[in-house]
Amino acid sequence: MTDAPLLDVTAVRKSFPKPDGAELLVLDGVNLRLAEGQIVGLLGRSGSGKSTLLRLIAGLAQPSAGTLSYLGQSIDGPAAGIAMVFQSFALFPWLTVFENVALGLEAQRMKKEEIRRRSLAAIDLIGLDGFESAYPRELSGGMRQRVGFARALVVHPNILLMDEPFSALDVLTAETLRTDFLDLWSEGQMPIKGVMLVTHNIEEAVLMCDRILVFGSNPGRILSEVSVTLPQPRSRLDPNFREMVERIYVEMTARPVGGTVSARHENFPGLGIGSVLPRVSSNILSGLMEAVIAPPFHGNADLPKIAHDLQMEIDELFPAAETLQMMRFAELEGGDLKLTDVGLAFAKAGLDERKKIFSRQLLNYVPLAAHIRRVLDERATHIARKSRFIDELEDHMGEADAEQTLRAIVSLARYAEAFAYDDESATFSLENPT
Amino acid sequence: MRKRTEPFAFVRDTAMRWDIVAIVVVLGVVVFLAEASRGLLEPLAKLSVAPLSLDLVHLPEYAARTTLRMFAALALSLLFTLSYATWAAKSERAGKLLVPILDVLQSVPILGFISITIVFFMSLAPGRVLGAEFVTIFAIFTSQAWNMAFSFYQSLRTVPTELIEAAESFQLSPWMRFWKLEVPFGLPSLVWNMMMSMSGGWFFVVASESFSIGHTTVSLPGVGSYIALAIQQRNLTAIAWAIVTMFVVILAYDQLLFRPLIAWVDRFRVEQDPAVRTPQSWALTMLHRSRLIGALTNAFYALVRWTSRRTTASVSKVQRATQTLGVRRDWPWIALVVIALILGLWHVVYVLIASTTLNEAMQVSGLALLTMLRVFVLIALASIFWVPIGVWVGMRPNVAQVVQPIAQFLAAFPANLLFPIAVYGIVTWRLHADIWLSPLMILGTQWYILFNVIAGASAIPSELRYAADNFGVRGWLWWRRVALPGVFPFFVTGAITASGGAWNAAIVAELANWGDTKVKAHGLGAYIAEATAAGDFHRIALGIATMSLFVVTINRYFWRPMYYFAERKYRLT
Repeated sequence: MTDAPLLDVTAVRKSFPKPDGAELLVLDGVNLRLAEGQIVGLLGRSGSGKSTLLRLIAGLAQPSAGTLSYLGQSIDGPAAGIAMVFQSFALFPWLTVFENVALGLEAQRMKKEEIRRRSLAAIDLIGLDGFESAYPRELSGGMRQRVGFARALVVHPNILLMDEPFSALDVLTAETLRTDFLDLWSEGQMPIKGVMLVTHNIEEAVLMCDRILVFGSNPGRILSEVSVTLPQPRSRLDPNFREMVERIYVEMTARPVGGTVSARHENFPGLGIGSVLPRVSSNILSGLMEAVIAPPFHGNADLPKIAHDLQMEIDELFPAAETLQMMRFAELEGGDLKLTDVGLAFAKAGLDERKKIFSRQLLNYVPLAAHIRRVLDERATHIARKSRFIDELEDHMGEADAEQTLRAIVSLARYAEAFAYDDESATFSLENPT
Repeated sequence: MRKRTEPFAFVRDTAMRWDIVAIVVVLGVVVFLAEASRGLLEPLAKLSVAPLSLDLVHLPEYAARTTLRMFAALALSLLFTLSYATWAAKSERAGKLLVPILDVLQSVPILGFISITIVFFMSLAPGRVLGAEFVTIFAIFTSQAWNMAFSFYQSLRTVPTELIEAAESFQLSPWMRFWKLEVPFGLPSLVWNMMMSMSGGWFFVVASESFSIGHTTVSLPGVGSYIALAIQQRNLTAIAWAIVTMFVVILAYDQLLFRPLIAWVDRFRVEQDPAVRTPQSWALTMLHRSRLIGALTNAFYALVRWTSRRTTASVSKVQRATQTLGVRRDWPWIALVVIALILGLWHVVYVLIASTTLNEAMQVSGLALLTMLRVFVLIALASIFWVPIGVWVGMRPNVAQVVQPIAQFLAAFPANLLFPIAVYGIVTWRLHADIWLSPLMILGTQWYILFNVIAGASAIPSELRYAADNFGVRGWLWWRRVALPGVFPFFVTGAITASGGAWNAAIVAELANWGDTKVKAHGLGAYIAEATAAGDFHRIALGIATMSLFVVTINRYFWRPMYYFAERKYRLT
């Protein structure tokens, strides 16, 4: 046998061209190895490039620099030994369960009897017996994703790539499917040798993976690597498990140290007009502050606990917490969310007072909001077109991010009554509708 | 995800300059064909066709021949759709030109087209009926192909990324991917557009079976020619029988072909919501039981599998190479576009515009304005009449279930079969042609407004209606705040189709005969019809070019902005 690792990713970098010809870096300096018998988790928030990395490994996209190799062979297109399970299942609605599963084998020009034998075996293994002739629309989400698994396993891949495979399912179904998958994996019933799992669910990563790579954003890169040595099957109630989860929360909220981590520090929240802002509703912000001030947290909340209490995934919790941090309503450090004095004042205030505080924080600490307000103040008409600011933002970020950032600002400014925006005419103005 | 297929599609994202190139190229070809036809017409006179008879015995045969022509054209349109749309979607640079061309072609009045393609097709099969068959089939084809190609192009551009990635990661070859992913994905909207095309096609098959140009008259055996002969002989009974026959034919095609197709194609929808009521068809159920469809689809998939084995595995590496190449400037391609542009410009400017006197240009523009006025007034009248009815019907599911298929059926029924009756009335009571011929233009296309509004009204969520009831929203306020905004996007879709159809119908509606009596309304349609009858290719080209320009402009600056406005502001889903 060959000594080459199952998968070897070295110094991979991926950028996309922006409309103005500049490059948007989404992934930088990524190194990783996947050894036989391992489940490796790629954990991070949306926009951290983890899904992009998965697509590079799948051969669906090419890196801008660096190398990816599978069993020593460079990956320059979809490889036969790498199969993927998709977040939204990606089943062909016009094919039955059997036909969906058989698709990958048909593409390999296999004999009809062989296709039939192997497809039925995969369907059997994954617990879809009796559903062979059903169409995807007749199935529940959990059953659909089982088809997704069967379709990937039937081609006997060495590496199974999973792109948030459980995130479109309800909690109970996801748990069942995870357990079933881990059972098959530990019993060695599946033909696969290694798994890469993309997730934004910290508990899921700790539950399933042998190694977790924590991803950071702007540009996407690996922040740290965590080995999970707890024996399978793992229990969420195990104190060691809780500790591991807590540790990862700390890793993910660690502040970059003094600008040395990245030269692109203007992209960190609150540090410049070019920051990409997440869309967070002001309801979530005030709701989160109220939850933090209330017992049992009394102004200082442990992130895993509050995430569990509020049933928020990190994809919702982190943007909200960071927006609070950006507006100086709270501090985010060491896996804790702690309200500042302003945050405490806000949480205790009535509606009118809240709006005043919110407006002050927004215009003081969110440079883009301050910038828009200044432009409106300076103009005699107090009107400015949206495209003007979009153009400015696109100097720093991609088209979609610019749009999202402006939408986020509009939503915050509307709540603060800092300035008005009319979608029909795509203009900002100072006047509020009467 | 689109919940509803749009019968009329727009180009969304091509630059203005490509639009202009497309207009020039298309008009250039029109002028070129018209000029080439000059003087070549005489050999046509030799064509002899077996004389038609108004005898009832022949009607079934005529109907069968007419239907056959329809399906021949439909097959041709499908072939065109699968190749042209695929080319436009897969090749970035070709798409830039191909898509606007399609958009312009949609606006060229098809009935004017017939006369200028005659010479070409007749020369393919000199002195034989086959040439005339080509002309008719091509005319129907031009009424069917564009919107089908458009719908398929848009489907190809909107295949969900994850499905593409799944296909790629399982290493489907491009050929296999086309048949297993892209065609199935595009099928629902393609079938819907085929149905719309067929509906429009009946109108044109009736209008184009019997054509006379200059001194040449060609009448192919078919329902259209039968009607033409009946008009010539002022035979009202024969006309009535033709109408009944057509009624039966369309009912049969609707029940035996399209209902089953629509029910079958439902499984290809990507939205996997089992709650949505699935379309039913008794014919499909029967077919399923007879296992005919099963055998056919199996055979088809076996063919796909067999051809897939014969094609090379994954061409993705090659594709990638060509993609990077496409980014670079591609001189031969640009040169080709420039040459086409120059040739088109030369034909339009030197051949058409240079030989047109100012007086003539003024006259044609004036006539076009008259026709435009007619179209807008008629759309407005039809809207005032049908929107309230459509809303009323759409709000009552039980009524809608009955009315909706009838409205769709009426849209498919070739309204020009009814023209002779109207003309007979006008002649008998000596009515004013300028006014009373006008309603004929919208006779066949008003149904698009009705059935789109019905669809829109039934799509208003019942919670919204309960809320309106709950807050006591009634009367005019209810119409202004609930019903009209709710159906607006659907209404616009219907009105666009109706308007396009009305322009086309102008050519047959503004000039009508009853025996030897001629009834004429002033307008561009009558101008083109007269030019065609006189075999005057210069005036035909001028008329078609003017009408195309008018339709393109109105679409661009009136309907398209309204469509986007409606989509943005009033879309409920």
